[in-house]
Amino acid sequence: MLRIHCPVCGLRDETEFTYGGDATVRRPAMDDPEPAHWLDYVFTRDNPRGPHREYWHHLGGCRQWLVVERDTLTHAMGETGLAREMAPLEMEP
Amino acid sequence: MTARRLDRGGRIDRGRTLTLRFDGRDIAAHPGDTLASAMLAADIRLVGRSFKYHRPRGVMAAGVEEANALVHLREGDRREPNTPATVVEAFDGLVATSQNAWPGLRFDVGAVNGLASRFLGAGFYYKTFIGPFRGTRFWMVCEAFIRRAAGMGRATTLDDPDAYEKVNAFCDLLVVGSGPAGLSAALAAAEAGREVVLAEQDSQLGGSILSTPVGGAQDQWREEVLARLAAMPNVRLMSRTTVFGAYDSNVFGMVERVTDHLAAPSNGMPRQRYWLLRARQAVLATGAIERPLVFAGNDVPGVMLASAAATYVNRYAVLPGERVVVAANNDSAYAAAVTLARAGARIVLCDVRASVPKELSDLARAAGIDLRPGHAVLKAQGGQRVTGAQIVAVNGDGRPSGAAMRVACDLIAMSGGWAPVLHLWSQRFGKPVYRPELDAFVPADRDGIACAGSLIGAESFNACREQGASAGGGSHVAAVPESPTFFWGRNLSPVSVIAHAGGRTPGKAFVDFQHDVKLADIDQAHREGFVSVEHLKRYTTSGMAADQGKTSNLNALARLAALRGMELPAVGTTTFRPPYTPVSIGTLVGHEFGLHFRPIRRTAVHGWHHDHGAVMTEAGLWLRPQYYPQAGESLREAYVREAAHVRAHVGIVDVSTLGKIAVQGPDAAEFLDRLYTNKMGNLSPGRLRYGLMLREDGFVHDDGIVACLGEGDYLVSTTTANAAAVLANAEHLLQTAWRDLRVHVTSVTDYWAAFAVAGPNSRALLASLIEADISNAAFPANAHREVTVGGIACRLHRTSYSGELAYEILVPSTHGLAVWEALVEAGRPLDLGVYGTEAMGALRIEKGHVALAEMEGRTTMGDLGMEGLASRRKPFVGSVLRLREVLADPSRPTLVGLKIDGSIGARAGALLFRRNDPATGHGEGWVSSTTWSPALGCNIALALLRHGAERMGERVRVVDLVGDLDVTAEVVSPKFFDPEGHRQNA
Repeated sequence: MLRIHCPVCGLRDETEFTYGGDATVRRPAMDDPEPAHWLDYVFTRDNPRGPHREYWHHLGGCRQWLVVERDTLTHAMGETGLAREMAPLEMEP
Repeated sequence: MTARRLDRGGRIDRGRTLTLRFDGRDIAAHPGDTLASAMLAADIRLVGRSFKYHRPRGVMAAGVEEANALVHLREGDRREPNTPATVVEAFDGLVATSQNAWPGLRFDVGAVNGLASRFLGAGFYYKTFIGPFRGTRFWMVCEAFIRRAAGMGRATTLDDPDAYEKVNAFCDLLVVGSGPAGLSAALAAAEAGREVVLAEQDSQLGGSILSTPVGGAQDQWREEVLARLAAMPNVRLMSRTTVFGAYDSNVFGMVERVTDHLAAPSNGMPRQRYWLLRARQAVLATGAIERPLVFAGNDVPGVMLASAAATYVNRYAVLPGERVVVAANNDSAYAAAVTLARAGARIVLCDVRASVPKELSDLARAAGIDLRPGHAVLKAQGGQRVTGAQIVAVNGDGRPSGAAMRVACDLIAMSGGWAPVLHLWSQRFGKPVYRPELDAFVPADRDGIACAGSLIGAESFNACREQGASAGGGSHVAAVPESPTFFWGRNLSPVSVIAHAGGRTPGKAFVDFQHDVKLADIDQAHREGFVSVEHLKRYTTSGMAADQGKTSNLNALARLAALRGMELPAVGTTTFRPPYTPVSIGTLVGHEFGLHFRPIRRTAVHGWHHDHGAVMTEAGLWLRPQYYPQAGESLREAYVREAAHVRAHVGIVDVSTLGKIAVQGPDAAEFLDRLYTNKMGNLSPGRLRYGLMLREDGFVHDDGIVACLGEGDYLVSTTTANAAAVLANAEHLLQTAWRDLRVHVTSVTDYWAAFAVAGPNSRALLASLIEADISNAAFPANAHREVTVGGIACRLHRTSYSGELAYEILVPSTHGLAVWEALVEAGRPLDLGVYGTEAMGALRIEKGHVALAEMEGRTTMGDLGMEGLASRRKPFVGSVLRLREVLADPSRPTLVGLKIDGSIGARAGALLFRRNDPATGHGEGWVSSTTWSPALGCNIALALLRHGAERMGERVRVVDLVGDLDVTAEVVSPKFFDPEGHRQNA
């Protein structure tokens, strides 16, 4: 079981969180009409071996979305913080 | 009589005698005994029959690595199969029976399998799937054979009568194993003030020290350290506790056998506890397990690990044999040989090494041991017990180099080196490092986990203590005097197979005892081209029995390496997975079964529903009334009555389970416009609107009602099932891409109870309870307002799911029951009826309202005929991808209604075909929801059908291949009833 450092609640069990996918993808601007951008955002993912940034939702705690750096090979946990501070912003229009 | 109880010594309480029963025979035992030691004391050699060949098997070890002496423990609902007799603590009244033998242990019909062993070799089961055997009667025989043999013992089919507990715990340091290394680690850490948990699978703390003479120097040190540890408040000493799993972030799974050493748990005690322990650091001091030697007949009862033989003498005061042949390839067996000799046995010691250190040969001769350097046991003789050994001179490869000679004996004690117990380490980190001088794989310290003692090849008792203390954060420890050490790693000869050229042995030589994998099976797998250890393991099943190959893995790997002409590390090793030893399912389940399997959510009115005879149904975690049967009514009769009553009079249904989210903040309107397909930002206070949400990929996600309470203040409803997902998604967007929006979303589902009041008399009912003017003019469709019912502030929404004139009243949950009862009371003169989810479904299907049976994740707005809700003036989630070319395919199934011919009806999931087409393949669509319609007087359904809109009036086949149903139906508009909505707008 992973233990995840929530900046609000401290070191907590993985079972309190839900996984939210790749935290490196950038959401296109709301009024972006280009389907390729949206297809990329929704469907295209890398599958890295090693450190990877991903979203975790502290559902059983403060309900904050976190960005967690996790090594996909060793499960070593790296930098962790609130998504509202670390997540990529919407793309420029 | 050969094996017997010694007069002196041992860690047993001779003051008390217990009676155990094995296969109907009474056996005397003392507290401190195991079932195995008591059997040996009674000279019981034959304990069970083996997996494939039903060969006689006896005790071969003294711990969890036991592969042969497996029994059914206890009876009736507590019967547990495949229990190693070596770990069962003796208690008065213990009952055990042998496994895998019919009609009896001594005469077992299954033993004829031994004669057919040619056909039961490596991979025989897989081979029955191919070639000439495939599909034949022989294949059927093999299939039945495997099914019967799998699992070996018979599990009980009765309910488990015992209770189990779960514990969540934390510590600074977990020490696994209580031998000299583990005790030293715990002591060092505890003295530094750290919170320490020391876990030991044995009933006693001390590890290998328990196998040394009572009262010796090591034993005295153990007593002293245990007394100090027990006195410290920051130490938790846990015996009978197995650390079975090592997981990421230093989380450990442990099982504490609280009452397994008793006949049954005493009142209120759990049988076992499952501990989930989070440790800042851990010290693995798990020791090592002795390797067997591979020679013909090495499974005959009376062939035992040398260290186990010494343990039976020193710990249990049982001499396991009087005339003993010790077979060894390393130093450690000399200690065992001397122990047995001092206890009165006559010893012949065969050491495959041609030259033996002088220190050892002197010691052996002083103990009266007949030492034979350069010799090995070629074959163990005997059937149900060892009667002799063929010993032979061997060369450096373990090949006989002369004629064998017979030595009469009743015990063969073998030592083929040692295998560190690196299972927990391997679970975490995978592949260990091979140390050639030890001929073993050895772990190393890694993030947060230190290793100490025999696990990493410590050479002596004091070396174990040094390593342990260091791993526990301590410094140098003063040496304790110890008897001469016989460290196995020194001068070890890596020969563990005694066989002629080509692997020939004069009888079956076993590598994996529990799965009956022979040396010849490994050789055969190699001949058939298996080169990977992972494949070899699965093909031969070596190491895949309940003991996970604790005694067999290294021998199998070594043999494969020798056959391939490679070094052991080049062949590699398999990875261990949890659990280290088998864990009862009941322990992992704990109390989470039956009603406690998952939380149950009940609405504020649950008790009322129960008292009024509601049949409840599950909706996610919620329980909801499905229908309220009157005397003798079936489900169908009840829901048809309830639905018809709503259309004729008025009904009330509990809809508290719908998700409710407060959306608040200066940018709430903008946020809702982005989330919903239709325009929401222009809602004025006092108005509400139905809305639809898509997923990012353009498919329909959820629907619900948005009510504008004031500027920047909205109350949003979702479906019951999607409430959590909609909220989580809203939070995600607001905390990532849209974090410039100043909006808060809060779940208020549990705050509000909600009831729908529907039917032509609904306005009259509500008007009789509330003061406000709710006439159609003052309170039209899609209006909402605050009202009071009996002094309780509620919200009233004019919204209809049933298609009738209807309202939803939202009540603070604590007052939910009071308001519900007030509504029921006020409804008496108006003939108010209660209805459940089944009638609610019938009413919404008649109206063609979609639910999650239609919004099932694969349907678009177009598919559901809801294009009109897509705003063209603003972007929204999914607005670009919903227009993907592939989703514009005109042949996609679209929502239609079906009027089903006849009275049988259809079932959701039934397939649709053209009337004259054969019912093969996936058809042209499917039924999503169906009901008997009281309003139309026939069975109707909502369905998705290719080119649906163009097929009105066509008759289609409705085929349910599961329910064996084949009917016809007319394709119609999904708006079956009151399509213009006159009734709800009245």
